[in-house]
Amino acid sequence: MTLGTPDPVAIGFFAVFIAITLGITYWAARRTKTPDHFYAAGRSVTAGQNGFALAGDYMSAASFLGIAGLVSTSGFDGLIYSTGWLVGWPVVLFLIAEPLRNLGRYTFADVVASRLDPMPVRISATIGTLATIAFYLIAQMVGAGSLIRLLFGIPYETAVVIVGCAMMAYVLFGGMLATTWVQIVKAVLLLGGAATLAIMVLAKFGFDPRALFAAAAAKYGSGVLAPGKLVSNPLDAISLGMALMFGTAGLPHILMRFYTVPDARTARRSVFIATGLIGLFYLMTFILGFGAMVLVTPEAIKAIDAGGNMAAPMLAELLGGRAFFGFIAAVAFATILAVVAGLALSGAAAISHDIWASVIRKGHPKPGEEIKVARIATVVLALVAMALGIAFKGQNVAFMVGLAFAIAASANFPALVLSVFWRRTTTAGAASSMIVGATSTLVLIALSPAVQIDLLHHATAIFPLKNPALVTIPLSFATGIVVSLLRRDPASEARHEAIETRLLLGAD
Amino acid sequence: MTPSPTADVARDAQITATRTLARTRWRVAAVLTLLMVGVYFGFILLVAYRPALLGGLVSDGLSLGIVLGVLVIVSAWVLTLIYVQWANRVYDPALAALRAMPGSETAARQPPGGAR
Repeated sequence: MTLGTPDPVAIGFFAVFIAITLGITYWAARRTKTPDHFYAAGRSVTAGQNGFALAGDYMSAASFLGIAGLVSTSGFDGLIYSTGWLVGWPVVLFLIAEPLRNLGRYTFADVVASRLDPMPVRISATIGTLATIAFYLIAQMVGAGSLIRLLFGIPYETAVVIVGCAMMAYVLFGGMLATTWVQIVKAVLLLGGAATLAIMVLAKFGFDPRALFAAAAAKYGSGVLAPGKLVSNPLDAISLGMALMFGTAGLPHILMRFYTVPDARTARRSVFIATGLIGLFYLMTFILGFGAMVLVTPEAIKAIDAGGNMAAPMLAELLGGRAFFGFIAAVAFATILAVVAGLALSGAAAISHDIWASVIRKGHPKPGEEIKVARIATVVLALVAMALGIAFKGQNVAFMVGLAFAIAASANFPALVLSVFWRRTTTAGAASSMIVGATSTLVLIALSPAVQIDLLHHATAIFPLKNPALVTIPLSFATGIVVSLLRRDPASEARHEAIETRLLLGAD
Repeated sequence: MTPSPTADVARDAQITATRTLARTRWRVAAVLTLLMVGVYFGFILLVAYRPALLGGLVSDGLSLGIVLGVLVIVSAWVLTLIYVQWANRVYDPALAALRAMPGSETAARQPPGGAR
């Protein structure tokens, strides 16, 4: 095994990916002139393209390397995560995608603000958006730094800076059009790489997954086919499940994609395609994980990386040699890069569209000003992401993805659902739901075992659950409902009628 | 300008039709969401409270847990397919009918709140 030394094949593949995506960015930059282009790719993306782009935004390195690694070391338990990451997508389709497309322009706050007082709503929505993005970004940057050190043999800090600069180039110059195509290229490469690897594994077992599972059970006992140590506390499992399921429907960079398509019908078809692709991807990672368990062995995987993250690349080297390893390593790098770009763009949109244009300029920014602010925000976010990535070097940040989902599920999702579907929602109700959702999640995470025991090495934690969603999602809904009921807002109720029409028919 | 009585009637009919369709859409969305929630948390509760049951083998190499986990993924696909089929066959034609109603122009010209 040559992990951790500079690998010319892997670096070569990655250089090709960078060259292609920068070419796309150059092409996109010439078409990115107005906010409609910068935030929403001119609403020109087709259902198939957006389906792949949604899948690309969602399939992070954590799910590719992390789940394959988890399955390779503990078997069945990885499936608990795979199903959790997927089941949020039908919820997005049923409740969110079409109303979002019809009611908003660039950000999910557009929707919540559509019949309420925009100022308090947009300020609170920005808090939830930026908190979600910050934790997601830290997890991705730290993951990028350590994975790339292992995969390519380049230093941690260099890797973080490469990711930060490439992401900045995509978003700054190419806006949503470049970001969308980076996601599409990455999704095709990732799905193609995972499928090839899964077929190579299955070929060793007569194309019968049962033979693969049986081989794993024969080697490591039938326990690998049963629920194991991951779920020691049932409430923890339920809480994490709630964060994953409802968090997907509150992720700002995912929600933003629905504005890139021409209409609600296309938005609907794109989620259907994305759900199919993402489900397929998780089935394949399950096969990869078991393949790595049987062929590479958990001992060898853990010897390289205790978290098991190297399972898929090691399997690739075993079955396809150095060249295939290089390809998979480059795909993993590209995956992180693309996810980070999507996050940065949605953060920049929150700052420039929700705060600058709508709150500071009261909805009347000077011509060309909004897009300029978005670009400045992109640079600032990229620098912050690089700084955070280096600051959190060596920390175990795996829990931060779960935290990002918990914030999205508690701060963004309830306000979005209430404002669209419940006539009596008031400005105070929606704003307090978002603020209570965000702060309660942050406070409970700080008091949870993930921070108190794992990070600060205290003996006990004040709050028992690793993920607070079980408490914070109901709390956020209850806050929104109670505050709305306390003081009625007849003007907002009256506007709900117009909203209902626009919800169905769109603004045009 | 004062709208003529016929325009008022048309607008009322349009509002009623919009409200009915919005309610139907919300009901379909709610039922499908609850089904997905039920399937997924049913699976999670089994994992949490009946791990031994899920460890039982259905056939050589295949535990009940793996079968159910894969079924959760398949059910997500099936539920999205059901929704898309319903939307194509029922919802989209109803929307087209709503757009064609005489009152719809008045309703569609409400100020776009999202732009504020």
